[in-house]
Amino acid sequence: MMIKLQAKEIVFGYDSNPVLDSVSFEIAPSKLVTIVGPNGSGKSTLIKCINKIVSPQGGSILIDRREVAKMTRMEVARYLSYVPQSSVRIFPTNVFDTILMGRRPHIGWLGSERDEEKVWDVLQLLNIERLAMNNFSELSGGQQQKVLIARALVQEAEVMLLDEPTSNLDIWHQLDVMNIIRDVVKKKEITAIMALHDLNLASYYSDRIIMMKRGKIVAVGDPHSVITEENIASVYRVQAAVRKLSDRPMIMPLRQIRGSKA
Amino acid sequence: MMSGKALFFRAKTRAEMSQSRRAGKRSAMQTAHDRFKLVRIFFVLGIAALLVFLTGLIITLGPLEISVADAYSALLARFLPDHFQSEALTSRVVWNIRFPRILGGMMAGFGLGICGCVMQAVLKNPLASPFTLGITAGAQFGISMAAVIGFSVLGGPYFIIGNAFLCALLCSFFIIGLAAIKGATSENLVLAGIAVNYFFSAISQLLKYFASDEQLRLMTNWGMGDLAAFSWANSQLLLAVFVICVPLLMSKCWDLNIMTAGDDTAKSIGVNAENTRLFIMATSSLLVAVIVCFMGIIAFVGLVAPHMARMVIGGDHRFLIPASGVLGALVLMSADAVGMNLMAPTIIPTGIMTSIVGVPFFMYLMMKGKRKEFWT
Ligand SMILES: Nc1ncnc2c1ncn2[C@@H]1O[C@H](COP(=O)(O)OP(=O)(O)OP(=O)(O)O)[C@@H](O)[C@H]1O
Ligand SMILES: [Mg+2]
Repeated sequence: MMIKLQAKEIVFGYDSNPVLDSVSFEIAPSKLVTIVGPNGSGKSTLIKCINKIVSPQGGSILIDRREVAKMTRMEVARYLSYVPQSSVRIFPTNVFDTILMGRRPHIGWLGSERDEEKVWDVLQLLNIERLAMNNFSELSGGQQQKVLIARALVQEAEVMLLDEPTSNLDIWHQLDVMNIIRDVVKKKEITAIMALHDLNLASYYSDRIIMMKRGKIVAVGDPHSVITEENIASVYRVQAAVRKLSDRPMIMPLRQIRGSKA
Repeated sequence: MMSGKALFFRAKTRAEMSQSRRAGKRSAMQTAHDRFKLVRIFFVLGIAALLVFLTGLIITLGPLEISVADAYSALLARFLPDHFQSEALTSRVVWNIRFPRILGGMMAGFGLGICGCVMQAVLKNPLASPFTLGITAGAQFGISMAAVIGFSVLGGPYFIIGNAFLCALLCSFFIIGLAAIKGATSENLVLAGIAVNYFFSAISQLLKYFASDEQLRLMTNWGMGDLAAFSWANSQLLLAVFVICVPLLMSKCWDLNIMTAGDDTAKSIGVNAENTRLFIMATSSLLVAVIVCFMGIIAFVGLVAPHMARMVIGGDHRFLIPASGVLGALVLMSADAVGMNLMAPTIIPTGIMTSIVGVPFFMYLMMKGKRKEFWT
């Protein structure tokens, strides 16, 4: 299925502190999109606005031309899955049950064998089947992240929202996760929107990059047009060298730009 | 890199699934998972069977000699008079004296166990329970008020019980109201519950100064948990609330699993976290209110039965809710049987005995450590 996602002039603030200031974008189907920007620029908040974890004070999100604000949570969950930046557990839950939660939008009261089969398939895909019966809170940060991605995958939504899905992973697993996400996007023609800090990963894998600064979008487009020395200097206040490598811009940060707050 | 695996999104057809099963392709992990599922089912069924067995056993305890076989046939004769006979005296003692108390204990334990379990899940707090949230203290205040001041909202036969019930509900509405306020953390709720607890306990203590001996005895008995108040005559209300609330709570088992992962995650999977929390708190408070107004304060079971269950069978609420229930019933019922007979004819109050019997059991489970070690 091919669906389009639109954000129109989203305004959001916690209490009265403005966090998102009239954010608008459109995302074509079957694309891998990353949101980059400095700490606190509003990436996580934007993602939470998209799937109604928090409700924007102004503007609207449209999926398939339908307004997210007017859908029930269950409907939203069938369109959008979500991988949080982190997850704490107070009570023990094993990995299998954690992933099975993702079937909730599709599941009957008792759950079926089919749902469980899907969990096993995803466990295999992510190569974490041996962890199935382990306690979620006793996994390493990277393993936890993979489990949360697995949960989003079994949700079978058409748009996946991921909040820094590679932040706890070593480089092998970063590539592993990014490849899996890219493959799913291609094969299932779904859309993935993820917040990332690693500009090189973003550049290498993204179809489009959204660059944010203090709640505003400052650049949108393909990696070549967004990952430039000028943008990095003005958004991150870092002087960097950007070079082409296998047809993607790769960056090497050189030094901080002090003084005038850009 | 993963052409072989990339098809995972397509659900396997039934044929494929059964084919791979026939070919014995279930992995070791899948087998372990299947076994764990069976273990959990047998755990719940096993304790339920134990409850039935103990019922027969406990009925035999007491001044009138009744054998286990007589006990069961006296009970069954009530339902299948064509197939079972029972002597009139035995039948009367079993049906009117011994069985109601056992059933009351079982229901109270079951109800408190599952209420503690669901409250802990929606508040994401292992300290949540009917007692720590101040609901039982509210009921106690209601009892004291009716007994000492003679003020009660309802009259007639519900003069005292009705007051306990309403005050318990009032307390839980206070907690629910707090939960509904944005930004109230679950730690805050439990803190508020403990504060409410102290407040109402203090007022109840104060009222004791003005109480006559008779009133004092009533308040003290009730405060220690007293199953004697339960009889067939007043069982209807309890049964009705049970029949409504327990299935409602059970029906939310998936949402409860998801709620433990945090509100943001719950919302992203389609669960309305705020509404679920309010619904669960309201339903379980109703159940707790009707239990405490009949049986008094039995603090230990609601807090600890869910932890015992979790230690043994893990955190999946499909199994955890019934397991907390049957464990609660087991602890309360056996504790009460001990309390009834240990120093007979003196009866040790249910609440006291429950803690004396339950705490060492709980400590043992805690020492024994993680769930895994139970089954492997
Ligand atoms: N729950 C909250 N309550 C109040 N303010 C918040 C809350 N969450 C985030 N903020 C504020 O909103 C702003 C944006 O935060 P957000 O988490 O969206 O940033 P981010 O771009 O994801 O940052 P990071 O890269 O560090 O994850 C920050 O200034 C933060 O202090
Ligand atoms: Mg963030």
